[in-house]
Amino acid sequence: MQPAIEVHELRKTFKVQRNREGLAGALRDLFRREYVEVTAVKDISFTIPQGEICGYIGENGAGKSTTIKMLAGILVPTSGTVRVAGYVPWRERERFVRNIGVVFGQRSQLWWDIGVIESFRLLRKVYRVPMADYRRRLDELVERLQLGDLLNRPVRKLSLGQRMRCELVASLLHNPSILFLDEPTIGLDIVVKTEIREFLIQLNREHGTTILLTTHDLQDIEALCSRVIMLDDGRIIYDGGLDELKTRWSRGREIRLQFGRAVSLERLAQLTADLPGASWQAGEDMTAVLRVPAEVNLSDALARVVGSGVDIRDIKFMETSTDEIVREIYKSGSASGAERLVGAT
Amino acid sequence: MYLDLIRIRFLMMLAYRVNYYSGIVIYAVNIGAYFFFWHAIYGDQEAIRGFTLAQMTTYVAVTWMARAFYFNNLDREIANEVRDGSVAIQFIRPYNYLLVKLFQGFGEGLFRLLLFMTPGLVVVCLIFPIELPRDPAVWLLYAVMLVFSFIINAELNLLTGMGAFYIENVDGLLRMKRVFIDLFSGVLVPIALFPGWLAALSEWLPFQAIAYLPSAVFTGRSTGDEALAAIGLQAAWAVVLIIPIMLMWRAARKRLFVQGG
Repeated sequence: MQPAIEVHELRKTFKVQRNREGLAGALRDLFRREYVEVTAVKDISFTIPQGEICGYIGENGAGKSTTIKMLAGILVPTSGTVRVAGYVPWRERERFVRNIGVVFGQRSQLWWDIGVIESFRLLRKVYRVPMADYRRRLDELVERLQLGDLLNRPVRKLSLGQRMRCELVASLLHNPSILFLDEPTIGLDIVVKTEIREFLIQLNREHGTTILLTTHDLQDIEALCSRVIMLDDGRIIYDGGLDELKTRWSRGREIRLQFGRAVSLERLAQLTADLPGASWQAGEDMTAVLRVPAEVNLSDALARVVGSGVDIRDIKFMETSTDEIVREIYKSGSASGAERLVGAT
Repeated sequence: MYLDLIRIRFLMMLAYRVNYYSGIVIYAVNIGAYFFFWHAIYGDQEAIRGFTLAQMTTYVAVTWMARAFYFNNLDREIANEVRDGSVAIQFIRPYNYLLVKLFQGFGEGLFRLLLFMTPGLVVVCLIFPIELPRDPAVWLLYAVMLVFSFIINAELNLLTGMGAFYIENVDGLLRMKRVFIDLFSGVLVPIALFPGWLAALSEWLPFQAIAYLPSAVFTGRSTGDEALAAIGLQAAWAVVLIIPIMLMWRAARKRLFVQGG
């Protein structure tokens, strides 16, 4: 089966105007402008098979949106090749875009001043969707996203959550095989976020829609994606499963122990002295945290503590959250970190 | 589909009623001001360069009414969409952006023609001494010429609007274009009253095809073959202007750089 998205050595360079400083600089700018070349996407390659939900993450300005815009046929790449649904997006744009749906969390694709339903009707004409198909799809989408009574309101009078759900309908009316979502849950409350995630999962399961989404909300990724592509400064620094990302980057596990009687930290350290990398940290109220690196068997560590006869009231296991992991990666962002990750794929 | 775009724009214009009413007032004031202006200039004179006062009044009224139809803000719309990045949304749709803009402009023009120009003309006829042509053929010719006026003006708007792909701030360019069109198209002063060299220059510019030529036919200054030649000239400009638009569009696609992420 042909992959839904194929990207090879994709690059995009923008020319950005540079404003010189001061009055003299401004005057010189009047006659001769200086431009700086900025490379937003640096020779990236990846392939996404049909039916996959892939998360595309990275810090602001990492090049996520630029990539999505090239994949959607909005921007023309500087170099490299792109094939989406069998098309070269920018070259055959008008035919190509019938196969994709796009939602930009920060922009509306609905007509601002007219009723939502008028926008949908116009989109039906724009995409030349047959009336029967349109009816069926609209009914299905409206029911699932509970839009019933919003349809006659003008877009400018909708709340953000209501608008986002309408945007989703708008992007799906022509039954695209690939859906691009650029920060679809930005600014939404948790209820709407959950609703949208559930909807996307169902869409993917029932229609086999391939979904590529950029987000800053890692819960989106955890709820939806089997695969993550992480971008930093225009380059891919990780491409693989979410679980793998976690195991590789988490700093091990933490066990919080609550003791019945005070135990000295030295005593505890002694218990796990033969385990490489295990460390203790005292907490409040007779608690202590044991950190165990991923290589060490958890049961070994526990056996040593429990078997020693110290009075343990409570044990809590804590896993590093994806948020922390990703923050860590962004922060390091260094070449060594990147190599480590790329090596992992 | 393009017809539906016209319909939608029509609906959108209806949604903003204040714009509509204020537009009527602006046009009425303009026509009134020019009427008194020319009245003062004519004084006791019968005619200036072959224009009688009645002809001049009619010319002013008709030209401004025509302007209501062909005038649109496509240039500004394009520039704004490029600047705030919403042009990205236009590119995910299976249609030609420029054609869509053109048809939206046409929707706007039709709205003004029906709800603005027609009632306006009736009112103006009641207030000012205006001579309308009696020959139905002239009306027909004029209708055709108005469509060309719209096309040529829209083409110029597309061209200047696309300037936003190249320059960060096109406001100056757009303002300049508007002044050029109003002057050289003969809305402010009929081209027949221009000094010789300026009249000669404007004959080589596309602007006169927007307002002067149709108004000249309507007021009966150009008749017969001359009128047909005027239509031919309009058609020629309408076709010729497609070339720079295509070239600029192709280059603009590659330059597009969506602002705001």
